[in-house]
Amino acid sequence: MKLGLAIRELHRSETALAKDLLKVADRHAVEHEVHHVAHDLARWSHAHLRDLADAGRHYDVHLSGDAPVPSAPLTALRTTASELTGRRPEPGLVLLADLRRLHRKAAGVSLDWELLAQGAQAVKDTDLLALATRCHPQTLRQLKWTNAMLKILSPQILAS
Amino acid sequence: MAGRDGIDQPWGTRTPYGPGGEWPVRVDRHLADGLAPADVDRWVRSAAVLHSNGDGLDIAVKDGEIVGVRGRADDRVNRGRLDPKDLFGWQANASADRLTTPLIRRDGELVEASWDEAMDRIVEHSKELLAEQGPSAIGFYTSGQLFAEEYYTLATIARAGLGTNHLDGNTRLCTATAAAALKESFGSDGQPASYTDVDHADVIALFGHNVAETQAVLWSRILDRLAGPNPPEILCVDPRDTPVARAATLHLAPLPGTNLALMNGLLHLIIADDRVDHEYVERCTVGYEDLKAMVAGYPPERVAGICGLTEAEIRAAARLLGSAGRLLCTVLQGFYQSHQAAAAAVQVNNLNLVRGMLGKPGAGVLQMNGQPTAQNTRECGADGDLTGFRNWANDGHVAELARLWNVEVSRIPHYGPPTHLMQLLRYAENGTLRFLWVSATNPAVSLPELRRIRSILAQERLFLVVQDAFRTETAELADVVLPAAIWGEKTGTFTNADRTVHLSEKAVEPPGQARPDLDILLDYARRMDFRDQDGAPLPPWHDAESAFEAWKRASAGRPCDYTGLSYEKLRATSGVQWPCTGEHPDGTERLYTDGEFFAQPDHCESYGRDLITGAPVEPGEYRAMNPDGKAMLKAAEYLEPHESPDETFPFALITGRTIYHFHTRTKTARAPELQAAAPESWVEVSDGDAKRLGLHEGDRAAITTPRGEVRARVRVGGIREGVLFIPFHYGYFDTDDPAGHEGGRAANELTMTDWDPVSKQPLFKTAAARIRGLDALGGAR
Ligand code: SF4
Repeated sequence: MKLGLAIRELHRSETALAKDLLKVADRHAVEHEVHHVAHDLARWSHAHLRDLADAGRHYDVHLSGDAPVPSAPLTALRTTASELTGRRPEPGLVLLADLRRLHRKAAGVSLDWELLAQGAQAVKDTDLLALATRCHPQTLRQLKWTNAMLKILSPQILAS
Repeated sequence: MAGRDGIDQPWGTRTPYGPGGEWPVRVDRHLADGLAPADVDRWVRSAAVLHSNGDGLDIAVKDGEIVGVRGRADDRVNRGRLDPKDLFGWQANASADRLTTPLIRRDGELVEASWDEAMDRIVEHSKELLAEQGPSAIGFYTSGQLFAEEYYTLATIARAGLGTNHLDGNTRLCTATAAAALKESFGSDGQPASYTDVDHADVIALFGHNVAETQAVLWSRILDRLAGPNPPEILCVDPRDTPVARAATLHLAPLPGTNLALMNGLLHLIIADDRVDHEYVERCTVGYEDLKAMVAGYPPERVAGICGLTEAEIRAAARLLGSAGRLLCTVLQGFYQSHQAAAAAVQVNNLNLVRGMLGKPGAGVLQMNGQPTAQNTRECGADGDLTGFRNWANDGHVAELARLWNVEVSRIPHYGPPTHLMQLLRYAENGTLRFLWVSATNPAVSLPELRRIRSILAQERLFLVVQDAFRTETAELADVVLPAAIWGEKTGTFTNADRTVHLSEKAVEPPGQARPDLDILLDYARRMDFRDQDGAPLPPWHDAESAFEAWKRASAGRPCDYTGLSYEKLRATSGVQWPCTGEHPDGTERLYTDGEFFAQPDHCESYGRDLITGAPVEPGEYRAMNPDGKAMLKAAEYLEPHESPDETFPFALITGRTIYHFHTRTKTARAPELQAAAPESWVEVSDGDAKRLGLHEGDRAAITTPRGEVRARVRVGGIREGVLFIPFHYGYFDTDDPAGHEGGRAANELTMTDWDPVSKQPLFKTAAARIRGLDALGGAR
């Protein structure tokens, strides 16, 4: 059975998403909505990681339930850089690129949840299925958020 | 009828009445010293403009000057009463420091100019930017204090003339959450209840709504019920000890930033105790199971911990709400300007929906407004909505507007939601918005994190136009200043928080060369030579009444239908509630009386947003979720605020207003009685905290957050421990640093840049702060 592998893979992609949400939040500290909401949404990913670590135990997969922490000096650096460049229009393109990457990462996590849910149904692991049913919608909301921010912010960036 | 002491008795004497009774008339009046009613030449019809209550009044005119006011006994809103700001605020019109000529910036200084010079500069700049970058370079930030005719004109110019998506009103910082919460729950803006519900309610619950100071006459109505037979019970949710809290049956003072947790907890108990009107929920709503599942996670023991309340308090509040037979809930800034604003306000709608308390006498929701004409900013589309509560994501609605304005659909930007103010400022900050036209509002005092705001508005590369009656802090930063006529000097209509439309007529001439905002906007349109598809001038109207007739056509068939109204009718009746149509010529007291909503997918103003992420819901999703246009029960989880007290900044700081001032005191500081009643800013500190820190009543103190520091006098008491309160009215125009470059006084030096992702309303009630006493010389003690 390869469900353990699926859990491990999801844990990996969710970790990457969580890290990237925080990175984008700090890199764009002057884009206040992106900054605050990305932090809020990272909390969902962190909760997913804890739950996945618990679920992994039943499949002999040992995963960390801790939230990945971005290194403090780096965060400070990113925030300062963001504030220094806040008066310039060019970082707009960086923002679009970052949101686009986040969107793709969230899409990957979403697919991984789908795979996990399918596998859970096949082996009739109702707990695991319940976990996927609870968490997957939040991933979809992260996905819609990145999509929406791209849609809303891009016209001004591209037209100016 | 008599003059009355509006300062010491802000709510006047009681005229008690019982449930279902008619609120007795009590006419208030104030005339300039030494004048009697017999001295007045004319009384001119108007309504109150220094708050959202919409009190009908007459302006007294003698020798071409405003000399006083009198409440209208025949008005449904106030039945003759006036609040302190109404009684005295009119004096600001005649201030010696009104702007009387346009100003333009020359060699760094604002100097007097002619209208032609000023308008030419604006037009030249607009044309240059249009050629260089297109309409995305140009934005407008308007008010909640102009008239409907002016907002509709501005919306037409911005959307169909220039084709910019960047138009918002300062209703953004005031009542954007009211509109958002109504859209989330009912598919469209539009106040469900009516002030007359106060006459019938047996429980009135006020959520973050200090009505005694924000709508003093509505509070008089409640006080009169409290003084009469079978008075209603009052629930007050507010971290401060306000007049409402003192009159309440039950007062909950949750920690700032925890409103949503509290609401989830109250809904939890109402559902757990099965205080639910299942028939109503089944027939009129969607989403009940999701709501139930969400609030299941908020038992009182958890909520008590989050909110800093006792379990018993939460249970008592739920019992009060759950046992009400006629429940009236009201909401204002304590929710709207706090963390998770829209989600918390939506939970109040949910409360009434699950209890089936909607559309019946005494049962309803008032998602309040703050400003006198905020409702018009919203309905005319001068904020982040399209004209007539139209849906930017519904191509059919955009096509309707294109037909109305006779322009191509592509002229009207609808590639995304209209740009909200905070985003607009961000575009100005990064240099992609290069022209900002501010009318009748003062962002240099009223927005969060003022140092940032000033630095954005003062940029050389931003062309800033300010249209105002006074030389405000914002005007100090402008490139062009246009002198505007105000209330009493021009004619137009406006609509209060319970959908009551009033006509406000011109009583006197504006000073000097000041002109009505409508005339200024039309002048701009003519000079820009905006045309429709057939080459006719756009907008085609030319004065207030023709603008009103055009607005009526734009509102036809929409929730805010004005087609049954006319200036003539508004001259005959003091205050009519929309929708007012041929079918309902006397207006409509309550919305949703039949359990029908404006939420049908083809009709609704908005498809809604995710309550946590703020992402717009896609049309297809909405259609699937709510095909029949029922009311929507939506819910969200509590998140920790984005700034919480810690060791360095141990207090939660909230800001708010006092009864004697409005907004940034532009008018109220120029009315001697109001200014004398509250001349200085202050900071409220609880007894316990004051004792611990050695602070005494009247001490000077410095309050600091990561954004800056302000100084104010200490008032001890009146607030829960761990929380500080500072009124937000005080800016710099009356100091020797009129642009406020040095900071140090306005509460918004301290607030943080953060906004609700759903309503985009900036948050003024979530900041961590510290406080220390100052010695007589202003040094640290
Ligand atoms: S004083 Fe407050 S409630 Fe009134 S208009 Fe200003 S922000 Fe709104």
